[in-house]
Amino acid sequence: MSETSVDKKVVKNQSEESRKKFDVGSWLIPIVAVLVAMSLAAILIKLQGSNPITAYKSLFSTAFGSIEGLGVTLGKSTPLVLSGLAVAVGLRAGLFNIGAQGQLLSGALAAAWAGVTFDGLPGYIHIPIALIIGAFFGSVVAGISGFLKAYRGVHEVITTIMLNSIVMAVADYLASGKLREPDQFLTRTSEVAESAKLPIYGNLPSGFFLAVVLAISIWWILGRTTSGFRIETVGRNRHAAWYAGIPVKRTVISAMLISGAIAGLGGAVETLGITYRYAPAFNLGLGFDGITIALLGRVHPIGIIPGAILIGGMRAGAANMQFDSGVAPELVDLLMALILLLVTAPLITRFFKNSSNKSMTSGWGN
Amino acid sequence: MKMLSKRNGYFFAAILATSFFYFNGADVTTSVYATGTVFALPLALAAMVGIMCERTGIVNIGIEGTMLLSAFVAFFVASLTQNIIIGLIAAIFTGSMMGLVLAVMAVSWRMDQIIAGTIINILATGLTSFLYVQGKTIPSVFQSFEIPLLSKIPFFGPVLFIHGALTFLGIAIILALYVAIYHTTWGLRSRAVGEHPSSADTAGVSVARLRYINVTIAGAVGAIAGAYLALELVGSFERGFIAGKGFTALALMIFGRWNPLGALAAAMFFGLAQAYANQLMIDQIVNIPSQFTAALPYVMTIVVLTISAGKVRPPAAEGQPYEKGQA
Repeated sequence: MSETSVDKKVVKNQSEESRKKFDVGSWLIPIVAVLVAMSLAAILIKLQGSNPITAYKSLFSTAFGSIEGLGVTLGKSTPLVLSGLAVAVGLRAGLFNIGAQGQLLSGALAAAWAGVTFDGLPGYIHIPIALIIGAFFGSVVAGISGFLKAYRGVHEVITTIMLNSIVMAVADYLASGKLREPDQFLTRTSEVAESAKLPIYGNLPSGFFLAVVLAISIWWILGRTTSGFRIETVGRNRHAAWYAGIPVKRTVISAMLISGAIAGLGGAVETLGITYRYAPAFNLGLGFDGITIALLGRVHPIGIIPGAILIGGMRAGAANMQFDSGVAPELVDLLMALILLLVTAPLITRFFKNSSNKSMTSGWGN
Repeated sequence: MKMLSKRNGYFFAAILATSFFYFNGADVTTSVYATGTVFALPLALAAMVGIMCERTGIVNIGIEGTMLLSAFVAFFVASLTQNIIIGLIAAIFTGSMMGLVLAVMAVSWRMDQIIAGTIINILATGLTSFLYVQGKTIPSVFQSFEIPLLSKIPFFGPVLFIHGALTFLGIAIILALYVAIYHTTWGLRSRAVGEHPSSADTAGVSVARLRYINVTIAGAVGAIAGAYLALELVGSFERGFIAGKGFTALALMIFGRWNPLGALAAAMFFGLAQAYANQLMIDQIVNIPSQFTAALPYVMTIVVLTISAGKVRPPAAEGQPYEKGQA
């Protein structure tokens, strides 16, 4: 890349950023995307012979129609906020962390182990320990990709995807072997101790507040601290960052470590707040949902929260929807895919005169 | 010259190892190599998808999704019509359409190509899990048959010449792609577009058109890889059917230096490693937990990339949208 194009890119990104601050259009895009995706999916539901209106009504009234439902929705949203946040932090550093799934799984299993093993501690010590252990393991898994990216130039998309499968295999091995619930044949761990369960205030799961606080902290770190500035600069232009004296390799690794820790925490919160044990089928897809959520929230740490609540609500209402209308709960996966397509492709963007083609990731070579 | 001798070294080592195993147990070695070929083929074909796209400068990480949706269409159309040929044709059509969608996103809309590929993957996962129905069957798979005379050669006969129709089709595609990339006008133009699009443009090659064509044909090749899994090797379809093969293929493509034969060799190495691991389990020589043998290809992918990355050079214009008039 020649120097002039480097400069041009930096200038372009800066002007984009300043424009974004008051840009209502860019926040309308996700809303329109969700509505269009739902209309498209409605056609498919109709083709399957079910009534889309009944299906959507059931889906959303279960999720948002009552205080109890809202509590379940927020519970389901919690790991989604965190996995979305993990992907968003990666993208801010120009790293596409598709491995939130694997990092989340390792965090979930590690937290389950800690929750079972350290029985007898008081809750205010047990819960933080289990959460930190979950975050640590998520961070280790992501750190492998970060290290390989920084020092060997191996693209993070491939290593994180491969690590997803490796973590799944190892977790399956542990949950069916060493960490399996005694005297049970199912592949799952024992239930965590009471002291490790995240408290629920009324209907509101405490994990959700933790996730929101973390999202706000990340927003503050990215926007207001030196390390945040380094991450953002490396994400916008690696070459310019290097030229400015920012330690690019170290920044890449630390961004991956942070991203992985958040994803691992997401898994830990899922284990300690919802499932209370680790079983392989519980966490399927949470990490991939994080990609859609991050892009739906315009890769903004706080912007991801509404998207996570929407998708958490869909996940919460999916089973009831199948009961009421016969539509398969996998409809949510389809909706997510359509939303992702509509948010990222400049289909809707054109109507808002904001068709930026910012490249967020990097090629194999750098 | 150094590269050449290194490549010869690998080749020599491979022949030496094969002969060693063969003279220690001809039957077992032949069956391991035959199984290895069967494991390697979908990986090699999927790597061809990557090569075709990347040689023209388009990063395609949507191979996994292309294979998944194609395998899905292949299986369910074959089940619906009770005809596997119609299933195959439907799959090829689906794959081309997915290639076309990627081309629209990457070339016309100039989207981030990694994200475009991810959209294809997530869309394929969403569609196949939503539309999946249990309990469907297909009338038969593409049956193995022997190519007369050639299949009678010891070792090479059973390894290479007793397969189903899609395996032969796949091998033909790989060899044809090798010849096409290095010895035809199309190949030269594709490589030029991938290395330096503005020069190719100046010389009168339409960058966008060639990228559209290659990515679409590549989608069809990916569909054949998916159809091979659904209609020949396994004969069924499950959610998450492709299990990461599309991503492993990208690693093989890099390991094989974006050369079809290189990627084929890398895929063979992978297939054989898996076949040997299986054989060791069957013979109960070692008792590896099944989860670890399942994870073996993924670990190998990372190791292989760690070794080869930095030493190989991708096509120069890869991943960058091209605008007319850019330097």
